[in-house]
Amino acid sequence: MLAEYWPILLFIGVAGGLGVVLLAIGLLAGPRRPESEKLSPYECGFEAFEDARMRFDVRYYLLAILFIIFDLEIAFLFPWAVVFKQIGIVALIEMALFLLLLVVGFAYVWKKGALEWE
Amino acid sequence: MGEQILNQVVWPVVYILCIAVPLILAVAMFVYWERKVIGWMHVRMGPNKIGPLGLLQAFADVVKLLIKEVILPTNANRFLYYLAPLLALVPAFAAWSVIPFGERMVLANVNAGLLYLLAMTSMGVYGIILAGWASNSRYALLGAMRSAAQVISYELAMGLCLVCVLVLAGSLNLTDIVHAQAGGKGLLDWFWLPLLPVFVIYFVSGVAETNRAPFDVAEGESEIVAGFHVEYSGSAFAIFFLAEYANMILVSFLASVLFLGGWLSPFPPSWGWIGQGSFAWLFVKAFVFAFLFLWFRASFPRYRYDQIMRLGWKVFIPISIVWVLVAGCMKYFGWVVTGA
Repeated sequence: MLAEYWPILLFIGVAGGLGVVLLAIGLLAGPRRPESEKLSPYECGFEAFEDARMRFDVRYYLLAILFIIFDLEIAFLFPWAVVFKQIGIVALIEMALFLLLLVVGFAYVWKKGALEWE
Repeated sequence: MGEQILNQVVWPVVYILCIAVPLILAVAMFVYWERKVIGWMHVRMGPNKIGPLGLLQAFADVVKLLIKEVILPTNANRFLYYLAPLLALVPAFAAWSVIPFGERMVLANVNAGLLYLLAMTSMGVYGIILAGWASNSRYALLGAMRSAAQVISYELAMGLCLVCVLVLAGSLNLTDIVHAQAGGKGLLDWFWLPLLPVFVIYFVSGVAETNRAPFDVAEGESEIVAGFHVEYSGSAFAIFFLAEYANMILVSFLASVLFLGGWLSPFPPSWGWIGQGSFAWLFVKAFVFAFLFLWFRASFPRYRYDQIMRLGWKVFIPISIVWVLVAGCMKYFGWVVTGA
């Protein structure tokens, strides 16, 4: 069972190795002539103001929270979808109720304007 | 002991290289093809100087990128800055291990294949966020924020589309999903027909997930220059590039496997040799989707960010939620017959 996942682990290793090799080639084969202007953050020729890690729009944060909720719901749908045929009508009705709850929450979020980006 | 190492390590690595090396070559040719096709659509020649018809252009670009300086900005976090491209590349490549290229032509025939794919495609966003954060540059941070929000939004729609496929196929194994699309009617048995809206949503979400035009606000040349990888140069940039194109080709293959019957022939099996499945069919289908990526880029202007979010949250997610139930009904009432 777990043996089937072994090639995947190897593949992850090979892909990581490829990335490391490419980076190493770039670092070794490329020239290295640092100078303060070249190493400053790129801002279309302007002097960089200060640290770039400024405050950002709170809606990104909100979106991330919404994503977690909805992604969890989808994670619940996966096992349901696989065994759905064996359970039959009960599964269908239960999932309809589940999705209804999801839609109620979705409608609330929509109504509250959390999805607006004007 | 020696034989065990041979079976456990050497052969799998050989198979992996049989996927990874053609994939890298495919990326190189895809870049060339993109420039050529968009050139033609603009009534230009496209690259035509290096090699016959410019075929070696991509390789020349690779060599050039590899011998350029890799700049590490003064304010950047060194470790995270170098880690980010790796985090983008690894999932883009590792996801290929569960793609079935043909009957029994799959590296890891795992039962949770679709779940693994969903996990791997979500991992890509870490590379983007880390790149934007570690660069410590405004454009990079803005690009990373935009890109991450966009990717996770479209991932929801994509996940719901996958659930629809699952309901009909009844399995997370990609080979089983292809088998469930087999039947006597050729292309009419494939899932694109009962799941037509979901099929469209899936591919458009795939375009948005890979941050391609017309959803490329994360890179948006005219506003934030190159977005999350603006500070990257040389081979570090090449790695992001490789990951992005490998992801595009992956989405093309996935759309073919999930909705267009994978390696199955579009003709009924009763038509003799032309009705037989072959990996060539899968390649043709994937090529068509890959071409669509380029066609979109040449045809559509870039969406505004609020338009992108509206499309994802207010159009795609509601439609795909409804279609999950529709797919359930189709399966339950036997409107769709799956499997040969």
